[in-house]
Parts: sequence; C-alpha cells; structure tokens
Amino acid sequence: MRALIAKHKRRDVLFALLGLLALMIGILTFAALFVDMALRGFGRLDLDFFTSFPSRHAGQAGILSAWVGSTLVMAVTAAFAVPLGVAAGVYLEEYARKNWVTDLIEINITNLAGVPSIVYGLLALGLFVYQFGLGQSILSAGLTLALLILPVVIVATREAIRSIPQIIREGSYALGATRWQTVRYHILPYSSAGILTGIIIGMARAIGETAPIITIGALTFIAFLPPAPLQAEPPYLSFEWLLSPFTVMPIQMFNWTSRPEAAFQANAAAAGFVLVAMTLAMNALAIWLRYRLRRNIKW
Amino acid sequence: MKYWLIAAALAAATPATAQIVKIDGSSTVFPITEAVAEDFQKAKRGAIRVTVGISGTGGGFKKFCRDEIDVSGASRPIVKKEMQACAAAGVEYFELPVAFDAITVVVNPKNAFIKQLTIAELKKMWEPAAQGRVMRWNQVNPSWPDAPMNLFAPGADSGTFDYFTEAVVGKSKSSRGDFTASEDDNVLVQGVSRDVNGLGYFGYAYYIENQDKLKAVPIVNDKGQAVTPSMESVLKGSYTPLARPIFIYVNVKSLGKPEVKEFVQYYMTQGAKLAREVKYVPLPDHAYKTAWAHVLNGKKGTVFGGAAEVGVTIEELLRREARL
Repeated sequence: MRALIAKHKRRDVLFALLGLLALMIGILTFAALFVDMALRGFGRLDLDFFTSFPSRHAGQAGILSAWVGSTLVMAVTAAFAVPLGVAAGVYLEEYARKNWVTDLIEINITNLAGVPSIVYGLLALGLFVYQFGLGQSILSAGLTLALLILPVVIVATREAIRSIPQIIREGSYALGATRWQTVRYHILPYSSAGILTGIIIGMARAIGETAPIITIGALTFIAFLPPAPLQAEPPYLSFEWLLSPFTVMPIQMFNWTSRPEAAFQANAAAAGFVLVAMTLAMNALAIWLRYRLRRNIKW
Repeated sequence: MKYWLIAAALAAATPATAQIVKIDGSSTVFPITEAVAEDFQKAKRGAIRVTVGISGTGGGFKKFCRDEIDVSGASRPIVKKEMQACAAAGVEYFELPVAFDAITVVVNPKNAFIKQLTIAELKKMWEPAAQGRVMRWNQVNPSWPDAPMNLFAPGADSGTFDYFTEAVVGKSKSSRGDFTASEDDNVLVQGVSRDVNGLGYFGYAYYIENQDKLKAVPIVNDKGQAVTPSMESVLKGSYTPLARPIFIYVNVKSLGKPEVKEFVQYYMTQGAKLAREVKYVPLPDHAYKTAWAHVLNGKKGTVFGGAAEVGVTIEELLRREARL
C-alpha cells in the first residue's frame, strides 16, 4: 500500500516537472529572443528613433512613419471589427434560432479563424483595392485586418455571453424587459470583460501581420505622415488620412533586416523591441480593463 | 454614428491634394531610388512626397503597365510581354539607365582552392542537369578537393537570379533547384560565411558590406582574363558578363506632372553620387545628361528591343542610348 502511494506521488512529481519543462521551453525561448533583441537594439532606442523617418543612414533612420502607420491601421481595424464582430456574436447567441443554418455558420466562423492571413490579403487586393477603388491605403489595410480578426472577436463574444447564467436573462424577462433591453443592460455589460479580451487578442495578432499588408501594397520607403485628422480651418475634421499611402512596423523591420549594412540590424532589433512592447502594452491594457470590469459585476 | 463618419470620410477624401510621386519595382534598384527620394524630399522641404515600394522588377512592371505608378525600378530591360502589356494599356515610357551592378560570386574566406572561375565551370555547377548529380567540388574541376559543394543563391522572383541564369546557363530562370534559396541576400551572406564549402552569388553591395566574411571570386571574361568585381573593372567593361545595367522606367504621362519631372531631373543630376554612396557603379556623367536630354526631346521606348541580353558594357549601353 505504502509502495503504491509512493509510486503515485512519484508520478505526480514527474508530471509537474514535465509540465514545468513544457512551460519553460516556450517562456525561455521568448525571453532569450526578447533579451537578445533588447540588447542589440538598446543603443538605438532614443527619442530620435521615434521621431525620425527611415533613412539610408542607419544612425539617422527612425520608425516615425511605421509606428504612426501601424497605429492608424489598428484604429481603422478596431472601428470596423469591434461593432461588426460584437453584433454578430450577440445575434448568434441571443437572437438566432438553433438550427442547421446557424450550425453551418458556426462551423464556418471557426474555420475562418484558421485561414492563413495571406488569403485575406488576396481577397482584399481584389475587393478593397481594385473593386471598391480604395487603393493601397490605410483604409484598405484596416479593413483587411478587420476581416482577419473578425472571427476571433465573434468567437470571444459568444464565449463571453455563454458564461452568463441563464437566470440573469430569465430575471430580466420576468421583469418585463424586451430582448434588446436584456442585451443592452445585462448581457453586454456582463460579457464586456471577455469581449475585450477577445478584441485585444485579435488586435495583437493583427499588429504583427505582414503578409496581407504587403499583398495589398504597403510601401517600403515612406518619409511623410498621412494628413492630420484635425485641421486648423473648417470643417476641422479631415479623413484624408484614410486614403493615404502607409507603411507598418513589421515591414519596416523586415526592410532593415535585409539591408547589406550591419548597422541596420541594430535598427531592426530596436524596431522589433518596440513592436513587442506595443503588443505587451495592449495585453496589459486588456488585463487591467478585465480586472476593472469584473469588479463592477455583482451577481 | 461611426458609419456616417466613415461615409463622410470617403466622400471628403477623394480629391487627392498632396503631390505624390509613386515608385515601385526592383529591390536591386531600391537602395539608389530610396537615397534619391530621401534627399529629394529634404531638398523640397516636404512639399513633394515620394513613396517607394519593392515588388521586384516583374511586379513593378505589372503595376507600371496598369498605370498605377509613375516610376518603376528594373534590374533588367523591359521584356516583350511587358512591352505588349504597356502598349495595350496605352502606357508609354522613358528608359533611363541609372547605374551598373556587378553580380558577385563569393566563397568562404577559408576556401583556398578556388582562385578563379570560368563561365563554363559556373554552368557545370548551376545548370538544371547538375541537380542531384554534381554535388562535390571535384565533379566540377578534377583538381579541386573531394568535398561537398553547398550552393546559395537568390530565389526565382529575383532579377539577379534571372540575369545570372541567362548569363551562365544561357536561358533565363533555367537553374538547378537543389540550392539554398533566399530572397533575403543577408541569409546568403550568412550561409556562405559559415560554410567552408559554400558558394553563392548576389549583388555587389552585399559583398562590399561583408568583405571580412566573404571572398569574391575573379570571373574569367570572354578575353580570357580573370577579373575581380570592382568599381574600376565594371567601368572598364572587363568584368563581363556578370556586370549589368539597372534602370528606372518613367511613365510619359506622369512626366506631365511637375513633381514627377522634378524628381526625375533630380535623379539624373544626383543619381551618380548617390549610387556610389550605396555601393553601385555610377555611369559616366554624360550618360545621365544624355538620358535627361532624351526625356526633354521626347525620345520614348527601350533600346533593348525586349530581348534578354547579357554582358552589355557601359560603353555599349552609351552607344545605344546615343542612337535612340
């Protein structure tokens, strides 16, 4: 008996070690890459790096057009993917009847999440760039990435809604609320933490995407910023930036790694560091928001 | 709310007010064009905007002949199919040579047995028939050691690959497939510098920046001389057939726009200095003057007739330009 317990305990320890090992492989690889990148790029990380345009002189080159481009593309992506994805998720969970049509849609959405991003790029090149005549613009790129993360947002929304107990809905209906009122005042607020997590995970994926952005024609060298959205004279708001040519962080990084001069490798490492930092910042924001929103739920 | 904003945005954004010169095309021409674009925008204090993309020579011509861009960079002259595509879309062009590049064959610095290479030896290494068969150095030349031969080269989308296969094998894109291919020349540099038995080829700039890690092999030209790639040997025309001219093609209609005209003029006056700075071989000064005169006199079209050609020297190029 004692021997049997000892044997089981040994297995327990063994599995714990195995699990730890599995965890460490992932974490250590990432940490090594990140530290290596930080060390090599550290010398380049100063204010000038963020406020300079790319240049053929490694020491003067910066990521201004790249980070502004990435930020604007992300803004367009969020503006389209969030309302569309959340609305679709809510409809599927709360309104749609459960039959074979919704099953089919469900399977397809899950499948879409696994479609390689280059396929979205090709679709967008035909549809947005040529068919809709949006050109090789920030708007085209934002729409492409919005399509790419739409399935992620929809799935996250549905999961978040499913975790709300049925009694909450029944309580709401019992008090005479309509379906819309239930969604508006109960379902959405309670599921917002989970939905936000899904949105941020999707955005974090989108910010690192290169293939679809190259396909629709992001540029390699661009030394100006899109027109500012706020103007000094009426009508004050300008949307010209939506149709402006652009570049994004991963493309800038790739261009620097393929340069003959070794000094550009430091620039690429620094840009990589900034890109990882941007992604981590987005994830941190998601965790913080989730924490705050959960605190307000009192069932 | 959000939707009508976007609709308003689309309506408001259609008239393009900014002056933009759109350039795309070869990655080989990119460093020069980028340098010109950078200095040009500084000289104009941002009044004119220039965008430069990299789609490769072929990709660039596709966009160029669809009238999507103003200028296309090309690491080889325009070919028949592309001329037809341009003609079908009514796109006319000026062909402006901007510099020479020397495709450089490199080996590991520890490689002691390769002193020079003939085109015939290179052909033995790279022709499609060598695939899976010619795997060791002594199979190419019996006086070389019995050691594995590891080859590195640009991928099939590259103009450098097109030109090298044309010059060495005799037919563009005709090459063995069992080598380490990469569109990123730095991968090739790393590969050869870490492999004592490695051999590769790429543009001259990548060799110059990595001279401490690589050895350039002298190539035996048609006069029987073994010539090391350098600015001088390309200028003299003795480094053949692996020296090649690179070009920009300018849309004739685009030249009607003052910003494009100013940019091309700037390219023709500053191009030589900037080409040297990014490690390309600039053309003699009067070559740029002749090219700009062609633009002013409306001499359109190509001097190459759409056929792939190798071993055109600077002298020969200038003679043809003068005849246009």
